Order: sequence, then C-alpha cells, then structure tokens
Amino acid sequence: MKEANRSGNLVTMLLLMPTSLWFLFLLILPLAVVFVFSFGERAPAGGYTPSFTLAQYANLPARFTAFKNTMTLAPLGTVACLFVAYPLAYFLAIKASPRFKMLLLVLVILPFWTSFLIRTYAWMFILGGRGVPALIEWLGFEPVRLIYTRGAVLLGIIYGYLPLMVFPIFVSLEKLDKRLLEASDDLGASPARTFLQVTLPLSAPGVITGCMLVFILLMGEFLIPAILGGGMVFFVGNALVDLFLQSRNWPFGSAVAVSLVFVMLVTVTLYLRLTRGKGQRDTSLL
Amino acid sequence: MTKKFPNSEPITARKFMDELRRYEKGSVTRRHFLGVTGLGTATAVMVGAMPWLKPRTAYALGGLGDRLIFSTWPNYHDPKNLERFTELTGVDVLVNVFGSNEEMLAKLQAGGAGWDVFVPTNYTISTYVELDIIEPLDLSKIPNFDPAMNETRFTREGTVNGKIYAVPKNWGTTGYAVNTAHVKHDMTTWKQFWDLTMTDYSGRTIVHDYQLTTIGNALKYFGYSFNSIDPKELGDAEELLIRSKPHLFAITSDYQPPMRSGDAWLTVCWTGDGVQLHRDIPSIIYVLGKEGGELWSDFYAIPKNAPHRDAAYAFINFMQDPYINAREALVHGYPPTDSRANALLPDSILNDPTLYPAAELMDALEFGAAVTLTDPLRAEILARFKSA
Repeated sequence: MKEANRSGNLVTMLLLMPTSLWFLFLLILPLAVVFVFSFGERAPAGGYTPSFTLAQYANLPARFTAFKNTMTLAPLGTVACLFVAYPLAYFLAIKASPRFKMLLLVLVILPFWTSFLIRTYAWMFILGGRGVPALIEWLGFEPVRLIYTRGAVLLGIIYGYLPLMVFPIFVSLEKLDKRLLEASDDLGASPARTFLQVTLPLSAPGVITGCMLVFILLMGEFLIPAILGGGMVFFVGNALVDLFLQSRNWPFGSAVAVSLVFVMLVTVTLYLRLTRGKGQRDTSLL
Repeated sequence: MTKKFPNSEPITARKFMDELRRYEKGSVTRRHFLGVTGLGTATAVMVGAMPWLKPRTAYALGGLGDRLIFSTWPNYHDPKNLERFTELTGVDVLVNVFGSNEEMLAKLQAGGAGWDVFVPTNYTISTYVELDIIEPLDLSKIPNFDPAMNETRFTREGTVNGKIYAVPKNWGTTGYAVNTAHVKHDMTTWKQFWDLTMTDYSGRTIVHDYQLTTIGNALKYFGYSFNSIDPKELGDAEELLIRSKPHLFAITSDYQPPMRSGDAWLTVCWTGDGVQLHRDIPSIIYVLGKEGGELWSDFYAIPKNAPHRDAAYAFINFMQDPYINAREALVHGYPPTDSRANALLPDSILNDPTLYPAAELMDALEFGAAVTLTDPLRAEILARFKSA
C-alpha cells in the first residue's frame, strides 16, 4: 500500500514537473529579473548597470499619459467587446439552429487562421483615406478622419478581442437549461424580465471570465495602438516597447513593467471581489 | 516541372555578370538574358516563394549554406537582386526590416539576434565597435569593394581605430516630402514645415518615429545643430514637438501608405522614399530644408558570431558589384556611394535633385553624430513627445 502511494506521489511529481519548470523559468525568474532591474540604472550606451535607486519609480509620472490611455481604453474596450459579443453569443447559443451553430462558430474562429498583425494592418487601409472615409464622402457626407484616432484603436480592439469574449459567454449560455426560460415564460414574465432575471444571471460566469480575459490582455496591448493609432495613441505597452527597443533604458522599462503588473493585480483583485458570488458556478474557461 | 534551358549548366558568377553587362549594353535581348541566366524560368519565381522545391544541386558558389539572415531598412532593395543572389549561390536571403538604428542596436545588444549582415548608418558604427558587437571585415573576401571608388566622407565612419568594420551601401539626405496638390505654399525651410503643420495643414503632417530625425529637424526650426545634445536647445525642440503634436497626422516611419492615400500631405522623408513617392505620384516632391538637416550613409556590416559568415561575405561582395548596386539604386532611389555604380545610372537619375541635391543645400547638411545614438536625454524626449 505504502509503496503504491509513494510511486503515486512520484508520478504526480513527474507530471507536475513540466508545468513547474515552465512557471519557474518563464514566469517567476523573468519577473524577478525585471523586479531587480527596476532598481538599477541605465548603462551609458543603453542597457542596465546594477545599482540601488528609486529614481526609476520617481520618474514614472513621465509615462502618466500612457497609463491614463491604457486605463481608459482597456475598460472601455472590454465593455464595448461585451456589448458586441453578448448578442452574438446569445444568438449562437440559444437562437441558432443546431445545423448552423457549428458553421457560425467556425466563422467566429476563422479570423484566427490569419496573423493578427496582417488583419490589423488591413484595417489601416480600410480606415485610411481611400477606404471608409472615401465611401462616406462619396455618399455625400462631410469628409471624416478615422485612421490614427482613439476611435480607430477602439475599433481595432473590439475586432481583435471579440472572440475572446464570445466564447466564454457562449459556453455559459449553451449550458443554460432552456426549461428555465420556458418556466419563466409560463409564470408570466415578459421576455425582457426573463432575460434580466434568468438568462443574464446564469450567464454571469461567462461574462466575468470573458471580461477578465479581454481586460488583462488589453492592459498589455501595444500592436493595435501602434498600427491604428499611428504613434498618436500611446499605451503602456508602447511605452515599454520604446523603452526596451529605442531608448534601451532597461531599468526604467522594468519599473514601468512592475508598475503595470501592480496596477493589474489591484484591478483584477478588486474586480474579483466585486463579482464574487456571481461567478461561483463553473466557468469552464478559467 | 523544372524546365531546363538548353545546355543550362549552373551559371557562374562571372558568366552571370558578363551576360548582365551584355544585356545592359543591348548586345543581347532580354529573352536571351533571362534564358541563359535561368532567371526567366517559371521555377525561378516559384522556388523563390517555396524554397523547399529547390533542387539541391551543386551551385556555382557552393558551400555557403542555404540561408542568410539580413537586417535592413524598408523599401531598400531590388527584390530581383536578392533573387539573383539566391539563384547564384543557393542561399535564401531572409530579410528583417527595421525602423530605427536604436532598434537594431537594441536587438544586437540583447544578444542572440542571429543576423549575418545588417545595414547600420554612419553615426552608429563606432558604438557597435565600442560595444564589441561587430567584427572587422576581411576585405580579401569583398574584392568588388574598391575604397578608391567611394567618396571618403561616405566611407570614413566605416573605419574605426584603423580597421574597416563596414563597407558603404548608399547615401542620402533627410528632408521632407510635400504633396503639392494640397500644399500651396512654396516649401523651402524647416521653419515652414513646422509652422504650417500647426496652422494651414494641421492634421496632415507625419514625423518619423525616430529620435535622430524628429528631434534633429525640430532643432533645425531654431537654427540649432541637427546633432545638439545641449539641454537648453533640446528643451526648445521638445517644446516645439509637444506644441505641434495635436496637429500631427501620425508619428511613424511607415509614412508611404498615408502619403499615397492622400491622408497626409507633409512628411519627414528620406531620399529614396521621396523618389519612390514622386515616381508614382508626381505631385509629391522632396524638399531639403534650407537650414540643413541630415546627410547620411549606410553600410554593410557583419555582427560577431554571425551564423552564416561565408554567405555574409558572398552577399556583401555581390551587393558591391557596380551593376547590382546600380540596379538597386534604380529601384529604391538612393544614390550609391560607389562612383562605378553611379557611372551606370542614366542621366535622368544623375540629374535628379532629389538624389543629388544642389551644392548649397548639401553644404548645410550634417552627418549624424555618434553621441545622439546613446544620449539618454534625446531618447527620453522622443518618448515624452510620443506619450504627451
């Protein structure tokens, strides 16, 4: 008995090994390096020299706008994604006939088969002067500028992150017992009331998961603002890219990264506190 | 599938150049040239896209391996020349495109970039040598390079401590492009560029996402040196940049698409982009600010620990061939530093003031200074401007 138990433990340990090594070498150690670097100084030609100073943290206000942009556009993008994704997920899970459901799901996944970079680049031409604005002008409206604006970045965010929001919501709506909707109807609730009192609360786990996924990834986003913001809409992600690839100021870059992680931990903790109890049912994707 | 031309032995480099010369002189037809060099076969195009289809036969210049990692600037090569190199040597050229010298330096500094050849600009080479990340070149492996045929001012910075670390590629200037279909002022200065950006043409101007040129040309507004690292002068430049930011269309070095679509009318611009834009849209012209600005030359260099060093030398040597070099210039619009290549260019190009500006405009230009690459204040000012 004891022997079997021991070998069972060994198997468990071996099975956990890849994950532990992965976390240790690709998450914890790099984070530790970033943390240590954030107290250092920039070498004369760029890079890092060891030191112990809080100067990098004192310099954080220089990236205030980047934090502000990220902290406004990430929640805004998350909410916008939610409003676009919910009706779509609802239709897929509840209204679509089983025959088309698969096809429609594949259509939601399909864009992932092309590089995200290329798809975002395509938006540059769609929103550029010869794209949608030309069409709007042709229809007789005032010329508008779309590309390199906050609106363009927000559009890119919704486009890019939509599937991440659709799927968790779809999964929780799919599992929803349809008889509950009938019961609600039989008991005389209007469709709106059924939605608000039955469907929505039961899909909360999916909504919470989807919002988390989108929000966390958005906090580190840099590609969409770089391509669709044309350098005019600057996120913390862009500040980081520039600090490591242009100024080669690793210590300050590390300080910005540590601060971003900190802001994220606080926000996500608060969010989980606020939504506790609503997401206790199995959330399937998290 | 691999249709062979009659007697198509793998062509040698020498034979290839002979045939290219005959073709250039008009002694042979295009058809003959393409046929005998093998460039005309459909396979040439196809294997370019699908390297695994390539027959692994003996090449004229064998033993170079099958690939070369090449880091360079956007719109800076004739793709046909790269294909020709692959045809001759069996080496596929994998191209990385960069937006700034800082980014190249950052990648090399972090280590493990794995590049074989890259294209640093004059003012960066001494820093690469200082940081010990490039190696001196063995000129015996680059017989096509002839220092005597290149103007010293364009080759000077390739030599550090008496050793040659880089051989020249092209030179050019940094001015600005103007779409005269929309911009009605007679543009001649940097002062106009910034002033009109903030007034008549608000929302139509692009500046580079690159500290050297964006800060440098803001410094020129005040008549300061393009290379200034004086905190007071840089402070003025930063103030101008931040004041102009709400009026900018974008901060990007990928400025051709918005200029072509008509979204932007003014952009800080390098020679070759000016030539390419003007070639396709004649109303876009290139202007050198009277106050001055940047004169630069680019080089080929080999990083330490390049994984395919032999291929790297073969490639640099190939690109130094005056005919190949001239063909590059025909496509990208940057003047070659090599007078032998210049001699092969048609008069229409040699007389083009975009490529070869008038002497009085040239006199006001400055080469970038090494210190701008590493100066922490310049880097930080660009970042503050972008995040403003």
